[in-house]
Amino acid sequence: MAEITKLVHKYLRHDKKFPHVWCPGCGNGIVLGAMIRAIDRRAYRKDDIVMVSGIGCSGRLPVYVDFNTLHTTHGRALTFATGVKLAKPELKVIVVMGDGDATAIGGNHFIHAARRNINLTAIIINNNIYGMTGGQYSPTTPYGMKASTAPYRNIEHAFNIAELAVTAGAVFVGRGTVYHARLLDKLIEKAFVKRGFGVVEVITHCHTQYGRRNNMGDAVAMMKWQKEHAVRVEKSADMSEEELRDKFTIGVLVDRELPIYTEQYELVRKQAKKTIPS
Amino acid sequence: MARKGKKKPRLLQGNEAIVEGALAAGCSFFAGYPITPASEISEILAYRLPQMEGTFIQMEDEIASLGAVIGASLAGAKSMTATSGPGFSLMQENLGFACVAEVPCVIVNVMRGGPSTGLPTNPSQGDVMQARWGTHGDHPIIVLAPSSVRDSFDITVKAFNFSERYRTPVIVLSDEVVAHTRETVVLPDPDEIEVLDRIRPSMPPEWYIPYKDTSSGVPAMGIFGDGYRYHVTGLIHDIRGFPTARTDEVEPFMRRLFRKINQSFHDIQIVNRFMTEDAELIVIAYGSVARSARRAVLDAREKGVKAGLLHLVTLYPFPRRDVVATIRDARVVLVPEMNMGQISREVKRVNEGMSRVATLNRIDGCMITPQEIYERLIKEA
Repeated sequence: MAEITKLVHKYLRHDKKFPHVWCPGCGNGIVLGAMIRAIDRRAYRKDDIVMVSGIGCSGRLPVYVDFNTLHTTHGRALTFATGVKLAKPELKVIVVMGDGDATAIGGNHFIHAARRNINLTAIIINNNIYGMTGGQYSPTTPYGMKASTAPYRNIEHAFNIAELAVTAGAVFVGRGTVYHARLLDKLIEKAFVKRGFGVVEVITHCHTQYGRRNNMGDAVAMMKWQKEHAVRVEKSADMSEEELRDKFTIGVLVDRELPIYTEQYELVRKQAKKTIPS
Repeated sequence: MARKGKKKPRLLQGNEAIVEGALAAGCSFFAGYPITPASEISEILAYRLPQMEGTFIQMEDEIASLGAVIGASLAGAKSMTATSGPGFSLMQENLGFACVAEVPCVIVNVMRGGPSTGLPTNPSQGDVMQARWGTHGDHPIIVLAPSSVRDSFDITVKAFNFSERYRTPVIVLSDEVVAHTRETVVLPDPDEIEVLDRIRPSMPPEWYIPYKDTSSGVPAMGIFGDGYRYHVTGLIHDIRGFPTARTDEVEPFMRRLFRKINQSFHDIQIVNRFMTEDAELIVIAYGSVARSARRAVLDAREKGVKAGLLHLVTLYPFPRRDVVATIRDARVVLVPEMNMGQISREVKRVNEGMSRVATLNRIDGCMITPQEIYERLIKEA
């Protein structure tokens, strides 16, 4: 067994009835591997981690790993995670969502969690489609592309998830791809370490639903697409708008300091206690 | 604790009594969204909870509110939210999650006129069936209805106790009259109140099977962070918490969900009887209407009419045994409600032709007065 696989096995639930639900070639396993490697490097205790997800292919991710795991309702993962974090701030809360999960049905929760600066990490796996339900277009399906509910073409314009997170107030925002696996490891680790609401958008492929309908080839071809269309944030600064037209940036988009909710609430408690008549 | 030994009468409204009851029961987490006529509960808890190491948060909507409540409960906090009809509609999704994942929590719905934005904020009892069946799928639920300020306190304590004992969401179905009526009450001391906590696992974590059946049907509940790592999901799951579609795992799970409530009817079903022993006319009422009914029964008795009141505190599981035993020998059963007849349907269902079931419905956003019930009793006598 390769070293890298051994590490993953350290964190898998072996009593879970495998195989997993994902298609062969899916990028979700790469994201899970990156998360596990980051957790291992930071030496977090399994008991201290709460992994929360919503609904969809990404929603099944926590069930395979040996942490406190919570598979919530569609789009609501961040609301449950908010409750967990506020009730037990010492826990490390990691939320995994898909693009439809986080920015369609859960879009409101996403921007409000960012605005509040709840101290947790949100990983958003963006495959541009609703995979599990059969390839319907999502808020990140690019304009002009096809989906099972856009059989002619998609006439809506896509959200830029990472930029949405920046605008909503997230203190750390990174974007990576499943092709750039080493960068993804680093981004996720940085988001874990960051105190406050950290977001990592992971560009991945759904060759089964999105790629097939849009003639993008198999998983390997779609990962090559990621390689060819991703530009490091640092490099993009020197590129013209024309050069960046069909590209997307990867790396750390924002890393800043803002007051953290749980710490602010601790101050509120101190203030409140002074109002108790003795 | 400071209050001990000098129990002072206090002038409280129903919503304030719900807060007192929640805190007495150990509530340490509240998430909510502004809505009338429930807002006082949020406002007071925003002030009180941080004084006592608790947490209050105002979420972006009611879906998020119940999500946060469930999350906090999984992390060990006794948790509550409070809302009214429109917000209660939004909560139905996560209410089902709390049922299936067996997460203790209390949801207060201070009913106002509906449907939709409806009649803010006139009284109504229009959400009875929604409380029973609002979330999708077959599920058991506990619904309690306070009728007075003191009731609001006691029932909120009960709601927390039931939610912890049976690992289930409990709905407190108050109404605008109860919520905003102010009356003088004497609340019990903390040592006079029975407070129950969920059963926690005591075995070594590697032996813990999170959804294993027990004689009570209620499995011990591990808390996030205390070493019992397990999977919580809204999918139907096996005894380890993992999703399953195997018929031999789905059926026992669903049966247990029902059994844990059904075999404890004696504990959960609460009714108050008032002058029912020799009554020929029985009024069955709940919430603020029960108070009007009590007065109407007294007035009718003065006129020589043998009337009695069966006051339902527990609406669901529907206290069938108590209702049947009480109405068996009655000639007429009158069910006054601020809706088109939601509990009267239940009464008719269990009546089986023993008595004549009459209804008195008011849906104009006004409370049912003692006079209205009294006049019907005289007419039916």
